Amino acid sequence: MSRKISYREAMRAAMHEALTNDPRVFLMGEDVGRYGGTYAFSKGFLDEFGPERIRDTPLSELGFVGAGIGAALGGLRPIVEVMTVNFSLLALDQIVNSAALYRHMSGGQFSVPLVIRMATGAGRQLAAQHSHSLEGWYAHIPGIKVLAPATIEDARGMLAPALADPDPVVIFEHAGLFNMEGELPDDWTVGIASAKVRRAGKDVAIITYGGSLPKTLAAAEILAADGVEAEVIDLRVLRPLDTATIAAAVAKCHRVVVVDEGWRSGSLAAEVMARIFENAFWELDAPVVRVCSEEVPIPYAKHLEDAALPQPEKIVAAVKGLFA
Amino acid sequence: MIEFKLPALGADMDEGTLLEWRVKPGDAVKKGQVIAVVDTAKAAVDVECWQDGTIGELLAEVGQKMPVGTVMATLRAAGEKAGEKAGEAAGKAVAAKVGDGGTAAAKVGPGGTAAAPAKLPQTEPQTAPQAAPAAPAQRRLISPAARKHAAENGVDIDSLTGTGPHGAVILADVETAAAQGAPAAPRPPAAVTAELPSAEKGATRIAAMRQAIATAMARSKREIPHYYVSEDIPLARALAWLQAENSQRAMAERLLPAVLLLKAVAVALRGYPELNGWCHDGAFVTAERSNLGVAISLRQGGLIAPALLDAGTKPLTTLMQELTDLVQRARAGSLHSSELTDGTITVTNLGDQGTQAVFGVIYPPQVALVGFGRIVERPWAEDGGIKVLPVVTASLAADHRVSDGHRGALFLRELAELLQHPEELDKEAS
Repeated sequence: MSRKISYREAMRAAMHEALTNDPRVFLMGEDVGRYGGTYAFSKGFLDEFGPERIRDTPLSELGFVGAGIGAALGGLRPIVEVMTVNFSLLALDQIVNSAALYRHMSGGQFSVPLVIRMATGAGRQLAAQHSHSLEGWYAHIPGIKVLAPATIEDARGMLAPALADPDPVVIFEHAGLFNMEGELPDDWTVGIASAKVRRAGKDVAIITYGGSLPKTLAAAEILAADGVEAEVIDLRVLRPLDTATIAAAVAKCHRVVVVDEGWRSGSLAAEVMARIFENAFWELDAPVVRVCSEEVPIPYAKHLEDAALPQPEKIVAAVKGLFA
Repeated sequence: MIEFKLPALGADMDEGTLLEWRVKPGDAVKKGQVIAVVDTAKAAVDVECWQDGTIGELLAEVGQKMPVGTVMATLRAAGEKAGEKAGEAAGKAVAAKVGDGGTAAAKVGPGGTAAAPAKLPQTEPQTAPQAAPAAPAQRRLISPAARKHAAENGVDIDSLTGTGPHGAVILADVETAAAQGAPAAPRPPAAVTAELPSAEKGATRIAAMRQAIATAMARSKREIPHYYVSEDIPLARALAWLQAENSQRAMAERLLPAVLLLKAVAVALRGYPELNGWCHDGAFVTAERSNLGVAISLRQGGLIAPALLDAGTKPLTTLMQELTDLVQRARAGSLHSSELTDGTITVTNLGDQGTQAVFGVIYPPQVALVGFGRIVERPWAEDGGIKVLPVVTASLAADHRVSDGHRGALFLRELAELLQHPEELDKEAS
């Protein structure tokens, strides 16, 4: 038995479960209470759990992320929702200088069991200031874990282990996935330690995460029709990266395309490539190539936005270039 | 243009790892100058240049493991101009890197620097490997996976035609060739591996040395029909002379019995050229000098046999100094390449720790090995009576393709006779 739900419903169910099972858990962020969440993830929560646990905040990311750190230090298990990664830049000092460092600065006396959720990504015509993909920046920081649920199962299952983690965890939810529907099996189990093979193949390994996963799977279908069997790796955990799974896919397929909605220069895709060269160089049969966003501010106009982002056609072209 | 190739620093060496370049492009080098340090399975060896010239390109990279015969560098002979580039050489270099200077850059884009700023796109191409700058023409394109597979399956990758992008040899080409029984690589498999240089791993290094000894000794017993003779040699006179000699010397200059034995072997060899030299593919070549390979056991296990060069012409004092130096450097891992390749015969001396006699395995391509056991006092019949004397058992293992037991026995008798006149040995020069 499995049932069909949306990514949005899966996230909402995960938070509902956490709030129900653990009185230390509370949700805090802009519009999470009376409005029911910018993306309706917390619709009805205010009535069910009350204003102490579902807290609307002022428009001050620096303030309320800091308050979340304090609450975590004080023994609570806060879920802090930042409306989008674009706004999280205002809270970078709290995340990078405080949350990620307290365990170290206190000589191991304090940990910060904080979960920060934020929407990320482009594709909805929200223009340059609301369309960033900055996961790679966060994946650069020691002291935090970075997750990117890209399936119904991961949307439903990643929050619980993130809350159980004694250190700060940042969860990136790609806004392009919220309406995606899929089957949630009854016996799902989700960890936050490793990457996963989402599609088995042998001719090329396509490594991706987040909002690019459905596009990559679509590309793999197109390639299959042309006789190219693509293996699709979903990184899921962007920090720490699961190098072993990446290296195993390279050893199996010998050709690699990395798909990353972030800009190419200094990207997470670059780090994945570096790991490949360090760990699987002798398995390569072709140069490793990337499909990333064009290095421009993400445009507002639909056709330009589409052109700026990774798309299935671009992924297919990149793969075919390896066989030319 | 001269190609400087990785020499075989001993019969048991198939590959080496470059540890250090001692020269850079443009340096003038003299014959005999140490230009690189290479790690064999046994030791870090200073590799000497065999010609005068000027270093052109350094093709091998530090840390690179390469088969014997790999072109490591190019040299220009005196008078040769820098413009005469190493195109043909670089193309053959296995896993060699094309230098980033000179021709490569010039070929990619003459005048490219000036045009670049104007042409540089705002957004760089995202995918399309075909848009990558063309590789320098002289570098064969071979994918890492193809290299690895070829090495593992003994396929000579240089004989393949590439079907990949830009004509690169790719994995599929090697698999096809392996299936069709392509020409075997000139070197055993695993010449190219992803492993760290063995010097970085003690355990790996010991295993590698064990493997190297195993290979050489197995080859010796497989190819060389050994015969053995031995002779007990009284050393009363020799040791008495040594004692008298040492009593007049400073502690640091005293002579060990071993050096007397080595000198005697070198002098005795003059009358037995069939024991002193190399046998390559069944053809024997006599060596003009006696370079005694001295078997030295290493503290971490294994052994190495670097040569005391031209031992027959040197006074005992010099030989003693050279022997001390050789043992120290062997254990420190800083031998010269000529010391590892130029041995013409091996002498193994078990010394005080040893047994009474030793019968050795010849180190190919040499054709003989002299073994000395422990010097012990034994009852000795002489002039109708029995005395107690210090005696050593000398043995000879020799290649029956080159010499016969009769001559081998005469050689040992000559050795015994020489050791009865130690003062003469000291004076012996060429």
